[in-house]
This record gives sequence, structure tokens and C-alpha cells, in this order.
Amino acid sequence: MAHAQQLSTFYLDGLHFGIEVEKVQEIIRYQPTTRVPLASSVVEGLINLRGQIVTAIDLRARLQMPPRAGEALPTNVIVRVDDGAVSLLVDEIGDVVEVDEGTFEPSPDTVGGITRELVCGVYKLRDRLLLVLDTERAIQGVGESATGH
Amino acid sequence: MDQAGGELDEVVREFLVESHEGLDQLDRDLVALERAPTSQDRLASIFRTIHTIKGTCGFLSFGKLESVAHVGENLLSRLRDGRLTLNADITSALLAMVDAVRRMLADIEATGSDGDDDYAALVARLNDLQEALAPTAPDAEPRPSLVDEVAERTASAAVEEAFEQEVVVGATSAAPNGHAGGTAPQATARAAEQSEAHSSSVADTTIRVDVHLLDKLMNLVGELVLARNQILQFTSTQDDSSFIATSQRLNLVTTELQEGVMKTRMQPIGNIWAKFPRVVRDVAIACGKQVRVEMDGRETELDKTIIEAIKDPLTHVVRNAVDHGIEAPEKRVAAGKPAEGRLFMRAFHEGGQVNIEISDDGGGIDPEKLKQKALQRGLVHPDQLARMGEREILNLIFLPGFSTAEKITNVSGRGVGMDVVKTNIEKIGGTVDIQSKVGHGTTLKVKIPLTLAIIPALVVTSGGERYAIPQVSLLELVRLEADQARRAIESIHGAPVYRLRGNLLPLAYLSRELGHESSTEIATRASSASSDAVNIVVLQADGRQFGLVVESISDTEEIVVKPLGKQLKSITSFAGATIMGDGTVALILDVMGLAQRARVLSENHDRSIAEDARTDRASEVGTGERRTLLLLGMGDGGRLAVPLDLVDRLEEFAPDAVESAEGQQVVQYRGQILPLVHLADVLGGTREPRGSGAMQVVVSTHRGQTIGIVVDRILDIVEDTLEIRRPTRRHGLLGAAVIQNKVTDLVDVHGIIEQASPSLECAA
Repeated sequence: MAHAQQLSTFYLDGLHFGIEVEKVQEIIRYQPTTRVPLASSVVEGLINLRGQIVTAIDLRARLQMPPRAGEALPTNVIVRVDDGAVSLLVDEIGDVVEVDEGTFEPSPDTVGGITRELVCGVYKLRDRLLLVLDTERAIQGVGESATGH
Repeated sequence: MDQAGGELDEVVREFLVESHEGLDQLDRDLVALERAPTSQDRLASIFRTIHTIKGTCGFLSFGKLESVAHVGENLLSRLRDGRLTLNADITSALLAMVDAVRRMLADIEATGSDGDDDYAALVARLNDLQEALAPTAPDAEPRPSLVDEVAERTASAAVEEAFEQEVVVGATSAAPNGHAGGTAPQATARAAEQSEAHSSSVADTTIRVDVHLLDKLMNLVGELVLARNQILQFTSTQDDSSFIATSQRLNLVTTELQEGVMKTRMQPIGNIWAKFPRVVRDVAIACGKQVRVEMDGRETELDKTIIEAIKDPLTHVVRNAVDHGIEAPEKRVAAGKPAEGRLFMRAFHEGGQVNIEISDDGGGIDPEKLKQKALQRGLVHPDQLARMGEREILNLIFLPGFSTAEKITNVSGRGVGMDVVKTNIEKIGGTVDIQSKVGHGTTLKVKIPLTLAIIPALVVTSGGERYAIPQVSLLELVRLEADQARRAIESIHGAPVYRLRGNLLPLAYLSRELGHESSTEIATRASSASSDAVNIVVLQADGRQFGLVVESISDTEEIVVKPLGKQLKSITSFAGATIMGDGTVALILDVMGLAQRARVLSENHDRSIAEDARTDRASEVGTGERRTLLLLGMGDGGRLAVPLDLVDRLEEFAPDAVESAEGQQVVQYRGQILPLVHLADVLGGTREPRGSGAMQVVVSTHRGQTIGIVVDRILDIVEDTLEIRRPTRRHGLLGAAVIQNKVTDLVDVHGIIEQASPSLECAA
């Protein structure tokens, strides 16, 4: 049962998140985005990744966290999806962590709202908790903003 | 070759390239086969190659080549079936055949015919081998093993670079090994001459490249462009002249490289169309019809992958049009049409898409027949059918298992048909639509997104971001200086319009449509003394015009359309994105989507059809909401209103353009016959005497039926809340409403159309 898995980790509003390392294509530093009017506020904009147009999603906004404070610039975590790639904007990049299946537990019932929807579960690391992000869900439902003009 | 007709030229060229590839594969397979004589895969592969060559050259009437390939194929089929076992003898004979095929291909390339050489000996030899049922060595004469032969061939190939002439001699004498006797020396001499004359053959000037490799190259070039741009920026701070010169050269080379790589993926649609005249001719002859093919826009460029994907569907449509669409000559003459049918193919870029139209002037599709067929096959429920508009009925043709052919011909009508066409087009994100008029013909319209296509676009700015507008939608640019703009842009109750050469052009503000500014902000800014000049981009979508007000207009640029991620696909205002020269991303506006969003065009007709089955027409015009209305004046001073989204166009016709058909007034309009209805007649009033002045006509479509409503005066276009205060029983009206503080009658446009078109009455 002691099947080890590697997670690429990052921080958001003080929380420690992880994504399966195979899903992460690359990590690049922040670059200016082209805004997409009419899109939901979760969509930060578009970036040019070596000729490929990639949608950047503000994970803080997606997880309904308060906006990033101060001058700090987010980092792009580029994840592979069916039709190319999507960038997830995170506060800071952490290490690649090897986790033990045995330490995994689904989110407790007390975790509610959007977090419950987008987090598949938690790895109990020695010193803290590592939240596993469901990337497919995080990327889904990021369509047009509900508010028209 | 050069003197051959363009169409044949293309077919033959392709045949040559394919065959050369096939032969190279054949050489490798035959050698490998000798080591494993029973390998079914190899045998099958060889058989296929020869079979393809035979098939194609039979089609192109190269009889000699066909006969050689034919005996080769027979021999191979016995090998494949296990009735013969491969031995050195057979291998040599097969290699001799391959060489003979090669020689004939060279002849075809040089002279356009398969040569004068006599291959009877080779054919006889192949036939003999096929007859010899026992795979024992039939001849006492020692033969070189295949290995020797291959060695010889390889050796001769090595010499090739140095002595071209020698090579051909070596190669030919190696292969037939005396058996093809008489032909060899003769052929050798000729081949030698040719190789001098044509040092580069078709196969040498074309290579096939994996499209993915091209994709990768394109992305790399994109990166190179970015690096180039950074260097150019850096250059501007330098004054070393040789450095500047070098970066200039880098600039030019990069630009050319970028263009070149992009071009590798683009192909004119003419490449696939070139085959159609022949397809049409063959089908027409097979069904005893006369058909003329006309093409327009064959230079329209499409991405390679899209070209490949639409080839088969289009061929199917063309065959269908000839087989089912165009009638037999006698029938056409009887119907008063020329005996020769016309098949018209058109391609053009519009609204960020490639449009392909295939129309015939044949018998059209009879909706009644379609209905019967659909019921007969149980494809739709009778209730469902009763509610369908004409357009929906026509679209039944795309249902799987639907075929209208009364008899199954060898050309089409096997039940696999239009549904496959539709599926294939939709697979690449396109749409198919069919329009047909009984007795007049059928038009099939295919729209394909131009993902990856390069299009010229106008770059504009709004809210600090740049946006690209596909140039195909662009009609003109209008710039109004600030004080001029305050006068020329009239706001009719919130709906801004501009009088463009006397016609009202509805305006949409890009900043408002994209949510950068509210209407009030725009109005405040426009009325303030410090307002800027106004830039209007006059655009066309769905045959109608509107003006898009933008902050500033930069330039036109060739852009590469890139798709947006599926997270953003639902935003219809954007057709994609592109990477600008400086590496930043700019969104491409979808003119159609934007126009619909701004409500300067009518809503989707399909939707209104679906809705009016359930709702009564008074509520359909959307009472209680703000609507854009067309105000009309009647002779007696009465005011009438029509919701603008029910109006296709406003037209003027000279009174002498009016003709008569079936007792009804009609005009010729955009290649169609447009029935006219006088509003005054419908409402029981008297027509305003007009004399020789032009008639004002409101063109409107309902359930696929387009009519022109002749009105006395077109007053204005306004936006107001529509609320019917007093319903009416009067025919042609829905009721009275107060619009701009004046009592105005609402015209029942759909009712008028339905009454004017008896075919719709029963459907309603």
C-alpha cells in the first residue's frame, strides 16, 4: 500500500497545495497577461507560452480567497490539459514532495464550499497538511462571466 | 508535362510522387521478403502498393503500365494466398517489374505517355511464373541470388552521385538480368537521355513533411521573432553601425523565415477543387447529364489539416449535387432551363471563417418528399415534423440513415451520406447549412473556422488593450473630429446611429460591449468639451452593416489565428487570439458574435422559430423589454413600428423593377425572387401616391420565407420599452404601444409573411 507519489507543491494564502507532478508541464515566472473582457474574474488573462496561447487562471480567485496583497507577483504553474495547457497563478512555488498513500485522507466534512469542491483530499505531512488540488475541476467552469452589461 | 492541361497535370504529378514513394517502399519490402518469404504483412504491403499503382494508372489511361502492374499483381496475389512460395526467381522477376514500372514513370514524367518500349517479354515472364504451380526452380540456368542483385543495385546507387549516366545503365542491366532482353538496352539509352534533360524529377522537388514538425517549427519561429524583437529594442540604444546592420539583417531574415514557415501549412482550396471537374464529368456521364462547373475563390487559403479534412465531404457533396441535384437534360429543357446544369463552387473568408458554398441549379429539394421520407424511416415523430419550419425540414437531410435518392445508384444514395458530411465538417469545428428552392436548386454552405489560418486584420485599441478585427468583415473606416462627432452621431433614445451617406448605421461601442465602460460613461465623455475624435469601423456581419466605435485604430497586420482554450470558448465575442509582433497576446474579435451581443443584428433565426411555436406572436416581439424599433410612417400620418431584429434589411427599389409572378408583385433581389406586400393593402388603407420615387421596402424573413414589405416612409430607428397597451384584432397589427410618447401601431411582421406565403400557413 505504501505507494509513493510525487506532488509539485505551491502556496496560496498561507495554505500548502499540491498537484500530481506528471500534470505539471513547467513553471514560469510571472509575465504580463492580456485581459479577456467578458470572461469570469477567475481568468487573469492570456499569456504567450512560446507561441501557444495559454489561459491564466487566478487560483486565489478560483478558491475565493482574498486577492494577493502588495507588490508580490504570482508564479505560473503550467498544467497540461486535453486541448493544450492552462496556467494556474499561485503565490509561491514549493518543493516537489514525495508523499505516502497511507497518509492520505479525504477532506473532512467540516471543510465546506469551494474548497471542498476543488480539493480531493489531504496528505498529512509531518509538520503540516498538504491539500491536493483537483486541477480538472479547478479549470472547469471558468467560462463567461455571469454578469452581462 | 508542361503542355498537358492543368488539371491532368496535377493528378499525374500526384500519381508520380505517390508511385515513387511506393516503389522505394517496394524495393525494401521485396528484399526483406526474401529473408522471410512467408511474411503475410510484407506481402500484403507489396500487393497494396502495386495494386494502387495499377488502379491509378488505369484511371489515367496508361495502358502499358497498367498491364505490367496487372501481371505483377496477379503473381503477388498468388504469393499472398500461399499458392506460390517466393523464391529468387520470383523475386528477380518482381524486381524487374519494379524497374519497368520506374522506367515507365520516368517516361510519363518526360513525355506524358508511358513510352514506346515493349514489355511483352516481362509480362510473359511474370505470367509464366504465375502458371508454374510447383515452386521448384523451373530453369537450369543459374540465377543470381537476390543478395547479389541487391549488392549490384546498391553499388550502382553509390556511383549515382558521380556518374549519373552510368548509374542508369547499371541499374537497368542489373535488374532484368537478361530476361527482359530486348527492352533493356533500348530503355537504358532513353533513360540516360532523360536523366540528363531532367536532372530534378517531381519526386526530387517535393518532399512530404509531418505536419507536427511544421507546428513545432512554427512555434520555434515564434520564439525567434520574440528574441529578434528584443534584440531590435536593444539595438536602438546602440550606435555600433556593424551591430545595427547585423540586427537589421536578422530582422529581415526572421521575417522571411516566419512567412515561409507559415506558408508551408497553407494551401489554396483550388488544390482539392482541381479534381472536381473530372469527378463531375465522370458522374455526369454515368448519369447521362450535362454539367458545367464554375469556381470562384480557388485561391482561398486553408490550413493543410483542414484541407485534408474537407476533401472527402466536399467530394461527396459534389457527387450528390450532380447525381441528385441536377436534372436530366430533357427534364431541364422541359422546365425551361438550359440543358446544361451549372455547379457553382465558391470559397471566401468571412467573419474569421472560411466559407465554402456549393450550389447547383437543379431541381432543389422537395420538403414534402423529405417529410415523407423522414416519417417512413421513423427518423422523426409526426408531431415534431408538424412543428418544423422549412429550414429545419431541409436539415433533416443530415440525419443518419437519410437518403433521398429514389433509386440507389452506384454514385450515391446508399444511406451513408450527408450525415457523414456533417459529422466530418463538425469534427473540425465547422458548420453545414443547406438552402434549397424547389425547381431552382440547392446551395450547401460550409463554414470552417480558420484555426491556424493567416488572415489580414485591423488592429484597434479599446480599454488599453489591442484587438484584431478580421479584415474580411471590414468595409470602411470613418473618423469624426470631436465637434463633428457631437453633431453626426445621433442618439435615438439610447441607440446611437450615424448617418453614413444617408443611411442609418447602428453603432456599437467596443468599450461598452467589452464591459470597459458603461453607456452613461460613453455619453458623458462624448458630450464633454474635451472629447476626442471618434473612430468608427464599419463592419459587415451576416449581410448587414454596423459601426463599431473604437478608441484608436493602429494598422493592418497579417495575424495567425490561434484558438482560445476551451475555458473561453463560450465567449462568442472572440474568434481566437493572436500573438503580436512584440510577443504579447491580442484577442481577435468575432464580428458576428459581437454584433449579436450589441444587438445590432437580429437574433438567431433558429431560435425565433423554436420560440414562436410555443409563444404567441405578441409576446414574441418581447413586450416589456427595451427593444430597438424601426419606425414607419403611413400615408395618413399614422406611426407604425417593427422590432428591428425582425428586419433583415431596408431596401429601396425603383418602381420599374417590380415584376409580376403568379399574380403577385415581385422584385429580383440578390439572385432570388422577392415577393412584395404593400403594408397599406394589408392594413386596408390606401397606398400613398409615390410617382416615380423609389419604394421603401423592409425585407424580413420568417420560417425561411423572405418577403419585402413596401412601406410609405421609414422614419427612424429608436430604442424604447415596448409594451402593448391596446391589443387589436385588426389584421396585420399586434396592437398599439406608446413609443417616444406617441401612440404607435406594432406591425405583425410574421403574420404578414405567413399570410403572403401559403406554404407556411399549413405549417403554422
